[in-house]
Amino acid sequence: MKRLALAVALVLLASLPWWVGNSYYINVATQMLIYAILALGLNVLVGYAGLVTLGHAGLFGIAAYAGATLVNAGHGHVVVTIGALAATLAVTAVFAVLALRGTGLGFVMITVALGQIVWGIAYRWISLTNGDNGVSISARPSPFGISLLSADAFYWATLAVFLIAVAAMAIFVASPFGAAVRGTRDQPRRMTALGYNVWLTRFVAFLFSGFWSGVAGLLYLYYNQFVSPQAVALSASAEALLMVIAGGTATLLGPIAGAVLVIIMKYIASAYIERWNFVLGAIFVVIVIFMPEGLVPGSVRLWRWAISLLRPQAPPVLRRESGR
Amino acid sequence: MTALALHDLNKAFGGLRVTSSVNLVVEPGERRLIIGPNGAGKTTLFNLITGELRADAGRIMLFDRDLTGIAARRRAHLGLARTYQIITLFPGETLARNVTLSLLGLSPLRWNPFVRLKGQHGLLARARETLARVGLDHLADRPVGQTSYGERRRVEIAMALAQSPKVLLLDEPFAGLSVEERRDVLALIGTIPRDVTIVMIEHDMDVALEFAERITVLHFGQVIVEGTRAEVVQHPRTREIYLGE
Repeated sequence: MKRLALAVALVLLASLPWWVGNSYYINVATQMLIYAILALGLNVLVGYAGLVTLGHAGLFGIAAYAGATLVNAGHGHVVVTIGALAATLAVTAVFAVLALRGTGLGFVMITVALGQIVWGIAYRWISLTNGDNGVSISARPSPFGISLLSADAFYWATLAVFLIAVAAMAIFVASPFGAAVRGTRDQPRRMTALGYNVWLTRFVAFLFSGFWSGVAGLLYLYYNQFVSPQAVALSASAEALLMVIAGGTATLLGPIAGAVLVIIMKYIASAYIERWNFVLGAIFVVIVIFMPEGLVPGSVRLWRWAISLLRPQAPPVLRRESGR
Repeated sequence: MTALALHDLNKAFGGLRVTSSVNLVVEPGERRLIIGPNGAGKTTLFNLITGELRADAGRIMLFDRDLTGIAARRRAHLGLARTYQIITLFPGETLARNVTLSLLGLSPLRWNPFVRLKGQHGLLARARETLARVGLDHLADRPVGQTSYGERRRVEIAMALAQSPKVLLLDEPFAGLSVEERRDVLALIGTIPRDVTIVMIEHDMDVALEFAERITVLHFGQVIVEGTRAEVVQHPRTREIYLGE
């Protein structure tokens, strides 16, 4: 059943440009995939490691800015990709070393500060980032000679990266290292007593998370062919965090569902509803009240409950009345 | 060679001395009981031995190896395992997964992000064998959250045994158990082979005295009395602390 659902989902995703037709909606789907990759990466920290961060847009932006700088310096796209991801990993390592000094609220506040430093650099270091005007690039890559200029082609390229990200997450979650990361979330003290290096486990999880944020950032750059401080703002980090929490933390499908929800509200519902932010907020409130575990696990729970109602109930056992 | 030796161990939280010049020598294979009233510093002593707390002064030796400056996680790799007074398990995971995590802690496999944990048949089989040792193999696939308190106590012990420790520290393993469960857990501890040295903290004197070969009495972070069961029970200081005589 699961394999059938997976096959259907793959066919639907791969054929999306044909059945959607309109290039605007294909581009919206591309953005869903880009943000889903960011949310999947963020979920490694928030969901599996139990470390809530509000600085991931900074890592997303580092990849985009580094990529833009390398493209404009005349480098080929292989060098741009490697350089941008290496820069993201280097900055992620710095983020991790600093943020992992704290836990709980302290960790969150350090990530906020680090994210804001990246935003400050993007906004104020004009000679490097062009400030508020942002940085444009003139071309998208053409892997294996295939042009990615059309909406369809870029969607498929993004879909390929997205599927790799999902597969990487599935392998990570099922691995011994994934189990260790979850263990550090649930019982760090016990994990230390069992011989685990809790700090290093979290550090490696942070790098893995940062890597996928960088991949999403690079796709964002190629998609928009432009990056500005807006991409690294605190609101962008909060939006990514909401995607993870709304969809369901520590699940594979949750962050994807959260990304789809936010992008639908942002790019589709906003065309019809002026105050779409208000509606998005209301949706989050409803999710928190009725599905505190998130959209995906909550829907599964409600589905099981509905199925149990439809199943024929066993006749109640009659109690024998005691004689008086 | 001693299994565990503490030399002039000291620890203070601000102005409060919780461990005061504690000297302790436990021989290989020995069953040592540490008793004392609440606040005597028993669990703090365990935390110092395992490295969860850093000693202000003194030395901790495990089979003549100085552990004092060694990180807590490394001490597990050197043969030190413990259980907790307050049960510290992974409640969302199954019993088998809890013990697997314990086995994984000493294996280089814990860093591997590329293989499936479910595919590590040797590891999973060892986890089930360890659960069988504590009589819980029939519940291996049940989440911890759906087990009784007594069963969780056994999982705590299984997790410690899974690491094949040289020295096992049991922190109040009978806490919160019924009389029958206490007897069961005591019988279980009795099956642990002699190549494992056991140091146990316990309040329940009736059960604990059956276990102990030598007893150390702690009071306000100091070793007050040490000796055999008979010596400690007869000692006036023990009677003073416990009975107010």
